Amino acid sequence: MRGRPLSSVLFNIFNYSFLLLIGIITLYPFLNLMAISLNESLDTVKGGIRILPRVWTTSNYEIVFSNPQLLSAAVRSLLRTVIGTLLSVFMTTMLAYTLSRRDYKLRKILTLVMVMSMYVSGGLIPFYILIKDLHLTDTFLVYILPGLISAFNVLIVRSYFDQLPEGLSESARIDGASDFQILFRVLVPISMPVIATITLFISVGHWNSWFDNYLYNTSQNLSLLQFELMKILMQSISQVTGSASSTGHIDATLVNTTSPESIRATLTIIVTLPILLVYPFLQKYFVKGITLGAMKE
Amino acid sequence: MRTIERVIKTSTRIQKPSKGWLSTAKSQYQLIIMSIPAMLILILFSYVPLWGWIMAFQKYSPAKGVFGSEFTGLDTFRTLFKDPIFYEVLRNTLVMSIMSLGAGFVGAIVLALLLNEVKFSLFKRTIQTITYIPHFVSWIVIANIILVGLSPDGGFINELLMTAGIINEPIYFMAEGKWFWWIHTFAGLWKELGWSTIIYLAVLGGVNTELYEAASVDGAGRFSKMRHISIPGLIPTAMMLLILNTGWILSSGFESQFLLGSNLVIEYSQVLDLYAMNYAFSIGDYSLGVAISIFKSIVSIILVLSVNFLARKLDQGKIF
Repeated sequence: MRGRPLSSVLFNIFNYSFLLLIGIITLYPFLNLMAISLNESLDTVKGGIRILPRVWTTSNYEIVFSNPQLLSAAVRSLLRTVIGTLLSVFMTTMLAYTLSRRDYKLRKILTLVMVMSMYVSGGLIPFYILIKDLHLTDTFLVYILPGLISAFNVLIVRSYFDQLPEGLSESARIDGASDFQILFRVLVPISMPVIATITLFISVGHWNSWFDNYLYNTSQNLSLLQFELMKILMQSISQVTGSASSTGHIDATLVNTTSPESIRATLTIIVTLPILLVYPFLQKYFVKGITLGAMKE
Repeated sequence: MRTIERVIKTSTRIQKPSKGWLSTAKSQYQLIIMSIPAMLILILFSYVPLWGWIMAFQKYSPAKGVFGSEFTGLDTFRTLFKDPIFYEVLRNTLVMSIMSLGAGFVGAIVLALLLNEVKFSLFKRTIQTITYIPHFVSWIVIANIILVGLSPDGGFINELLMTAGIINEPIYFMAEGKWFWWIHTFAGLWKELGWSTIIYLAVLGGVNTELYEAASVDGAGRFSKMRHISIPGLIPTAMMLLILNTGWILSSGFESQFLLGSNLVIEYSQVLDLYAMNYAFSIGDYSLGVAISIFKSIVSIILVLSVNFLARKLDQGKIF
């Protein structure tokens, strides 16, 4: 046996350092913002904050959480995520179950209509006019209803149901179980990996949404946390570039008590943290889910 | 499209003798209750907006509605194709899509190959977990990070470039149009790079290990194994993904352009969707906005159909 060739050792050194660098490039901006959010805002203006705060403080967080406008936006974001995700997962699972039932008479036509929906799109303006005609503007419902069913998620769940042994639901049916019972008592408990996958996708989608807020719900009493962050962001961009800001103004008291830079960093960390806390635990599920979905495609 | 065919094939396989639709509906009423509400919502929000396409052939006014507005034939499209800004916007859309597609394609394959060479699995999993994070954060967060990083006033990118001696004065990235395409490309790459390796790593994980063993016996080093086994293993998937993504080249999102663009860089940042929005909401010309959507859809449909055709040929080994 020869020893490892030099080129292989060199490659290993290069490879590990390169991947480490990629990891650092990915993490650094988050750590930087975290440091800014925990640093005294007057001190931040002097610059030079990297991954550790210079003058520790939690006052930025206190200011954000004591601002009624931001606090209620946070509550609405949370409500949207919880309600939207529960309803969406519930409806998606039911639809996927019926489409996995080979004896269902409408299965063929419904599947066709659903899959085609991934390819057709009326475009932004017709969609906007539809929302207006349905009187969904300035309602909380506009956050939940339009995105309730995604064909892609239904297909992921359906292909999971498809590969479960058919005897399971068959024997439950012989015992006199209804379709609801078969789905929620028999199939759902053994399909947790795929349910977890779509729950993650759907909830992250809700938590991150801002465009529907911007387009349909311009009134302050329905705004979400991401949108509040966007308003501050847009104002900063227009300051950097010296052009006029087109989207509303932020609460003046916020800017007086701390700097826009600190508020932006703090809000960014607040909207990112929930995702960071949840997603690593679901990683093994969604990797399987997305691979399955992509293979099916 | 292939999904549709497959789905139809599997669903026609089992057909019990029909009993008359009323008794079937009765016996399957639970399935109907479980599927119809969801389907109605899907149809409402996916298909009903197509009705709005009529507006492109009218001089649409919101007050009169689709029924009351005057028909003008193809006038809207003539106005659109005469507008020089339309071609600028089309150029921006295409250039940014192609840059992102190319960078993402090469980046994902390289990163997957490098990760695949890591034998220390804790390190590999940690890097994977970290690089998936940006996929899950919103474009607003990404835009914030970019704004902080590119700030001429102590942003880390400018600091890094100045420390390295590449530049002497901080660059005003956000205020100069020539940087916009690059900012968009790198931001997208940073956000999606890790995530897009998932599929390639799955393919590499599925390569028969006997191939590697046999190659080792024959004296192949790790580079020749990478070149002759790993890369050829990835090519079919890579080609398929590249071809499929080409179909969506006009519809590759507008969030980063919306958030990071400003009047100073609009010549480089405006894309079709934003141009349509601008006409509809700022100028009040809904018809032109819809005409842009229709143009986008038609080009996309043609592209998606032709790339699906190509992909099928590729699947059967008829091309390449």
